[in-house]
Amino acid sequence: MAAVSVAATAPSARGARSRRRPSVWAVFWLVLGALYFLVPLYSVAQFSLEVGPGRYGFHWYAQIFADPQFSSSFLLSLRLALETMAISMVLMVPTVYWVHLKIPRLRPTMDMIAILPFVVPPVALVVGLSGVFDVFPALLSSSQILALMYVILALPFTYRSLDAGMRAIDVKTLTEAAQSVGSSWWRTLLFVIVPNVRSAMLGAMFLTLAIVMGEYTISSLLLYNTFAVYIYYIGNTEAYQAAALAIISFLLTWVAMGGIFLVSRFTGGRQQVQIGATR
Amino acid sequence: MAALELRGVRKQFGEVVALRGLSLEVASGELVSLLGPSGCGKTTALRIIAGFEHPDGGELLVEGRDVTRIPANRRNMGMVFQAYSLFPNMTARENVEFGLKVRGQDRARRQRRADELLELVGLGGRAGRYPNELSGGQQQRVALARALAIEPAVLLLDEPLSALDAKVRLQLRQEIRDLQKRLGTTTVYVTHDQEEALSISDRVAVMSEGVLEQVGRPAEIYRDPRTPFVAEFVGTMNRLEGKLAGPTSVLVGEAGVPLTVQAGHERAPGEAVLVLIRPESIAVEEAASAAEVDSARARGSLGGRVLAFTFLGPVTRLVLDTDLGPLVADVPSIQALTYASGTLVSLRVDPAGTHLLGAG
Repeated sequence: MAAVSVAATAPSARGARSRRRPSVWAVFWLVLGALYFLVPLYSVAQFSLEVGPGRYGFHWYAQIFADPQFSSSFLLSLRLALETMAISMVLMVPTVYWVHLKIPRLRPTMDMIAILPFVVPPVALVVGLSGVFDVFPALLSSSQILALMYVILALPFTYRSLDAGMRAIDVKTLTEAAQSVGSSWWRTLLFVIVPNVRSAMLGAMFLTLAIVMGEYTISSLLLYNTFAVYIYYIGNTEAYQAAALAIISFLLTWVAMGGIFLVSRFTGGRQQVQIGATR
Repeated sequence: MAALELRGVRKQFGEVVALRGLSLEVASGELVSLLGPSGCGKTTALRIIAGFEHPDGGELLVEGRDVTRIPANRRNMGMVFQAYSLFPNMTARENVEFGLKVRGQDRARRQRRADELLELVGLGGRAGRYPNELSGGQQQRVALARALAIEPAVLLLDEPLSALDAKVRLQLRQEIRDLQKRLGTTTVYVTHDQEEALSISDRVAVMSEGVLEQVGRPAEIYRDPRTPFVAEFVGTMNRLEGKLAGPTSVLVGEAGVPLTVQAGHERAPGEAVLVLIRPESIAVEEAASAAEVDSARARGSLGGRVLAFTFLGPVTRLVLDTDLGPLVADVPSIQALTYASGTLVSLRVDPAGTHLLGAG
């Protein structure tokens, strides 16, 4: 009976807690934080809509959309982002899985390697990697080289996110459970591990997308007209269009992230990371 | 031919020797428990059988076939783990189906099989639930169904009940045993809980420091321990050092207090021996005075007094200071109601409940 009464009271206690009004200070800090992000966004949006003293419209937006360089640079960056995400996931998911499963002592080394892109300046990265990719001249003359470089640039975020995801599940037990019923390594990775680190993979992909869409240094050094380079160019020549472009870029990035989320949601099944807990 | 055979299996992790030439045979349809304290090598042995660890030496045979170097996913051994190991992204049914899917069975057939097994473990109505919607006991039932779905050559259970609460543990262990008997699956069960091992096994293999101390039927392990370790580890045991004075007489301790023991051993008079006595083999009677204790001594009983007692439900465990030294005895709780610390008692050791080992 005791168990019944506990079970019966627990939800109502939770309900009471959730109904409790937030404190004034909590609301204050929340509003302050929101203002920090929203005020500049609002100011930029207002500026981008100004077509004359006291007059507002979508004139600058129309000009941006009419510019063929806008769509070409945006699509180039989006394609590079998708390629970077694909390469990163294909490389990093099995690597992080294997490190967690078989060589956990290598994790500190992996942590160190993962922060290297923060330490090496992009200029040095471009020069160094151009030398490395010199053996594939076709690659050097193609925009694909950017995706390969972005994989390295996104490594700290990809690795951290996947590492956290693998830590949240009992990789060893799940793998052994799958193997004990006959599953191969690859089947275990694809059907048991990947679905359970899906949110970590999504996080890594969102960050990669944001990094690639905003990356300027490498693409400008290698003379590619990516979206960030285009934004920089417009920012230096057309103030109103630059503001409109900033808002468009913000919205498009969010739409792209939403797209990844939706695709993952409709193809991935049910995500649950809770494991090993008693009820 | 044994369904499973380990021949001289050795395993070392760095400096630590986990298994020192383990040899064990498990007959078809038999449930053998590997019992021992933490670090005795029982889980390592199970992991070697499963294929998750490779032995440094020795062989592993399943139905006469050497599987020592065969990878885990090709051994056809279902395993239930100590940690909840259900795939969190799959429902109970999908978890059970997984092994059959790997084997390429068609959807309808594997769903039917999964539903049958879930019904068998009492979870017929919960096939569509995800692991986080199931209790710990239910999760282990699903894990058991998943392991059985592939019709394993050997079912391996690695302390499957240790994360569950006491009541569920008792219920589930009986269910596991019933299911194992009904399906006739050869099973190796690892546990550190002697009660669990004794209650569900056909045979128990007691391990210590990578060595198999004794293998036998539960009653045999309990009544006739072959080594001091088994005697100490399985149940509670009183140990008395003494010298054999005759076929049924041992002089205990430096004072040489005579104690009648069971005949039938093969030890010679004068040999130093270890007398093992279970607490339930000591009959205790309350004495009103020291004179009454002396009178009991004259009739061949022993004297003593109660130092401490613990209520265990049907019996009360007494810690006694006796003529033989400190002893632990179990008496019916109803008898112990009047006992207090310091109560004088007379006691008799049932010779049939004694067991002799060499003192070396």
